[in-house]
Amino acid sequence: MAGSNPNAKPMSLTLKVWRQKNRDTAGQMVTYPVKNVSPDMSFLEMLDVLNDDLEVRNEEPIAFDHDCREGICGACSLFINGRAHGPERGTTTCQLHMRHFKDGDTITIEPWRAAAFPVHKDLVVDRSAFDRIQQAGGYISVNTGGVPDANEIPIPKTVADKAFDAATCIQCGACVAACKNASAMLFVSAKVSQLALLPQGKTERKTRVENMVAQMDIEGFGACTNTGACAAECPVGISLENINKLRREFIVAKATSENIA
Amino acid sequence: MSWFTKTFSSTMGRKIIMSITGLFLCSFLVVHLIGNLQLFYDDGGAAFNLYSYFMANNIVIRIMEIVLLLGFLFHIYDAIVLTRKNKAARPIEYAEVRPQENSTWSSRNMGLLGTVILVFLIIHLWNFFVPARFGGLEGVVIEGAEYENLYVRVVESFQIWWYVLIYVLAMVALAYHLIHGFQSGFQTLGLDHKKYTPFIQMFGYAFSVIVCLGFAIIPLYFFFLY
Repeated sequence: MAGSNPNAKPMSLTLKVWRQKNRDTAGQMVTYPVKNVSPDMSFLEMLDVLNDDLEVRNEEPIAFDHDCREGICGACSLFINGRAHGPERGTTTCQLHMRHFKDGDTITIEPWRAAAFPVHKDLVVDRSAFDRIQQAGGYISVNTGGVPDANEIPIPKTVADKAFDAATCIQCGACVAACKNASAMLFVSAKVSQLALLPQGKTERKTRVENMVAQMDIEGFGACTNTGACAAECPVGISLENINKLRREFIVAKATSENIA
Repeated sequence: MSWFTKTFSSTMGRKIIMSITGLFLCSFLVVHLIGNLQLFYDDGGAAFNLYSYFMANNIVIRIMEIVLLLGFLFHIYDAIVLTRKNKAARPIEYAEVRPQENSTWSSRNMGLLGTVILVFLIIHLWNFFVPARFGGLEGVVIEGAEYENLYVRVVESFQIWWYVLIYVLAMVALAYHLIHGFQSGFQTLGLDHKKYTPFIQMFGYAFSVIVCLGFAIIPLYFFFLY
């Protein structure tokens, strides 16, 4: 990664941004010119510059989600030029730099589009559907008492690695945004796999998958067609393997759980 | 609802039905193609007509015909239910999408390809299955016995250029439907393993191309060479 380049020419861009006052009003695309964009800026910094301009002009700044700006919190979103988190693979919007765009480019910026992710305002969507899926079973129940020795439960390195890979999901929702069906299968599969792989998660594995999948349907996410778009656009590289693991967990749970309701 | 109906009316459950019926329909294609290859016998259609008589009158085949019909109905019904659900999951479309960057065309157009195949299927059944099963074919005498001459119906149909074109285009659609569907069906059942998945994917691709090519050659053969 190149450092700050004093010779980098500032860019002028045209942004087409989704503006929407609140949940209840219809939105539309609004075009904004942005000047003096340094190629070293992140995408969110570029939006900060535009928002400064808008505030000076007494216009409402564009609302967008952001928090850590280090690619680890999962707060930022944005559907940029037809791609979740923009054109670079394995990158969140906050880690996307303007050097990946050219002077004179027109950039389309939209919120995640899914019935389960209603738009709050402008580019901010409500992703609490993910929280409700997590609450349905994405946890382990631990009794209080003495702390067991970490090495007392043997977990093969390969299994621990797989569980960790699944656990890197930052819940940003890019999988849903990129999927033609707005399916949440990659997210749910990461959460289910992570716990199903480890001994601590095995006690509740059947009820967990049944409840999380049921909640996924209640929230109104679509079905999985195995296009692979979710994994291709996932900023942390959650693998499709997890979806197939979820399916095995689902089939075994449905066939053998005690739940007949 | 019982746990059973609940399971198979959930999105994941419906996909399992899509997958099982889809793979079952793949096995039907193999049987159908092998039977059809008898059209190439140079015996004036005797082998093919005897085969079609057997298919229309054998009890096992007649039972499988109902299973096959159910396979089609469940596959189509769940496809419609899931497509509606998928559309409802994104009520507002993006102004700009670049799906070619993250997925194959066939994987995104299974519904379109399936619809083309369904239209073809109706034409195909109307032209061959309905007269063969419910009457309307000429008679032919083979080894002293009277049979219905389905062979002549095949030969005559494939002298019509636009009819041949419909068949070839439908087989292209079927090939793309299967290129995604075959391997996707295994994934939907969770049958994914690093030892076997590469083979399933390769086999599925070859299966799709060979089977559809096999079907497409029949109308082309009768149009150009017969």
